Amino acid sequence: MSEQSTMEALARLVPHGSRVLDLGCGNGAMLSYLQRERGCTGYGVEIDDANVLACVQRGVDVIQLNLDEGLAMFGDNSFDVVLQIDTLQHLRNAEVMLRETARVGRTGVVAFPNFAHWPNRLSILQGRMPVTRRLPYQWYDTPNIRVGTYKDFEVLAHKNRLRILDSFGLQNGREVRWLPNALAGTAVFHFENA
Amino acid sequence: MSFIATPQSMHFPEALTLQSGASIRDYHLAFETYGTLNADKSNAVLVCHALNASHHVAGVYEGQPKSEGWWDNMIGPGKPVDTNRFFVIGVNNLGSCFGSTGPMHAHPDTGDIYGADFPVVTVEDWVNAQARLLDRLGIDQLAAVLGGSLGGMQALSWTLQHPERMRHAVVVASAPNLTAENIAFNEVARRAIVTDPDFHGGHFYRHGAIPKRGLRIARMIGHITYLSDDVMNEKFGRQLREGMDLKYSTQDIEFQIESYLRYQGDKFSEYFDANTYLLITRALDYFDPAREHANNLTLALARAQAKFLLVSFTTDWRFSPQRSREIVKALLDNRRRVSYAEIDAPHGHDAFLLDDARYMSVMRSYFDSIAKEFA
Repeated sequence: MSEQSTMEALARLVPHGSRVLDLGCGNGAMLSYLQRERGCTGYGVEIDDANVLACVQRGVDVIQLNLDEGLAMFGDNSFDVVLQIDTLQHLRNAEVMLRETARVGRTGVVAFPNFAHWPNRLSILQGRMPVTRRLPYQWYDTPNIRVGTYKDFEVLAHKNRLRILDSFGLQNGREVRWLPNALAGTAVFHFENA
Repeated sequence: MSFIATPQSMHFPEALTLQSGASIRDYHLAFETYGTLNADKSNAVLVCHALNASHHVAGVYEGQPKSEGWWDNMIGPGKPVDTNRFFVIGVNNLGSCFGSTGPMHAHPDTGDIYGADFPVVTVEDWVNAQARLLDRLGIDQLAAVLGGSLGGMQALSWTLQHPERMRHAVVVASAPNLTAENIAFNEVARRAIVTDPDFHGGHFYRHGAIPKRGLRIARMIGHITYLSDDVMNEKFGRQLREGMDLKYSTQDIEFQIESYLRYQGDKFSEYFDANTYLLITRALDYFDPAREHANNLTLALARAQAKFLLVSFTTDWRFSPQRSREIVKALLDNRRRVSYAEIDAPHGHDAFLLDDARYMSVMRSYFDSIAKEFA
């Protein structure tokens, strides 16, 4: 999910000058964009060697950590925004990480593939796990160990007493606010601690 | 083929007050430089050395093709710390046996060899001595201070003692202080040396003796702790030194690893000074910048202004990744700029001197970004 328009749509949730922590920051493109375009500061967290290297190369401060080991290194409310973009679905302790996100950040932004997107539903109806541009893996070799829907996340957020500031779907970089659970490949939630 | 390195020496007549309250004067620091200092003197990188190393960081000495500097894979033309761009300074610490004034030199007042009377030096003292060398070289601010292990402690100390004199600190396979286990290893090594009958309370020079037995054992212990169990097993396993048959001897060498350790110990005892070993391991034990801040590393590092790169190695049990993360956390708490790479290398503590591709790439990229600041 590296398309420019998607990045811009998510960046709009990050106020100018914010101190940002990007969990699972990949090659650092998002943080680099936020630093350049929105005057943000902050760090990426990443486990993959090649991604860590890419961050160092583009001058993004990166901390190499396994997110499944928690965020003990980061203090309470030490960031304005904590991003979890296409990260949640790879985590063993997705709920713990959501709580940690809320602890470390004053606000959080989570984006993940919405499994309830209609092409996925169609595929399931036909008896097969979906293989799409957004979920391009076969069921037996996918790195996504969690699949959830837009609606599922609302329930999880509520259970963890998160106040949803804004939520929408993203499809081809465009915001989907009408029936996002069916019409968007990506679910986006902006929240804070209630 | 490496470039030719030329050792230099600088004399400091004026007294340097040490952390202990003692002072030392009329001392020399041995150093080497590689590359060219640019016009605005903004491209200098200071390399701090680890336990048994020296100012000879890179290159070879004239006519001695095997005299490669200890970090020659990292530093040189086209290497991660590229001497075509950086002016690299390797400096040998006070108390060493490799050229700077140390226990085997004469006290300026008495003319007697210092021996055990050489004052105890700390990481902070070394950094202050290095700062004086920079003054003399006319360098106000370093592009970076770089060090691994004990050298990393010096780099960290630089950011606290002279925060305005450096832009970057690169701290590799290091720690904010030693654990009890680490101090324990150092103590065993020191006891091996001081209980050697040839030690003579540290004044063995007067007796024409060298406590080689103690040095050998000290080195063997050290060496074990620098490697990982996996690498030792891979390299030596349970191989016997001679043939297949056990000798049923408790004193002869049976296993290859014994042979290797004895060889390393013998080699070390030929060139390393016993008092220097005691001094350096003590400096390691003492280093603890959080101590004067109620053991709060976050408070201790509040002074730091540099941008940091920290690197650790997953199999390093002497300076484990956890210790590097403590430094990272304290820097995060202080909102300092920091990157941290945790390299999954098999080699243990020694990995910081070896050629792991991921490690080398991170170092190269980081120094590339430093170079962009003055290009």
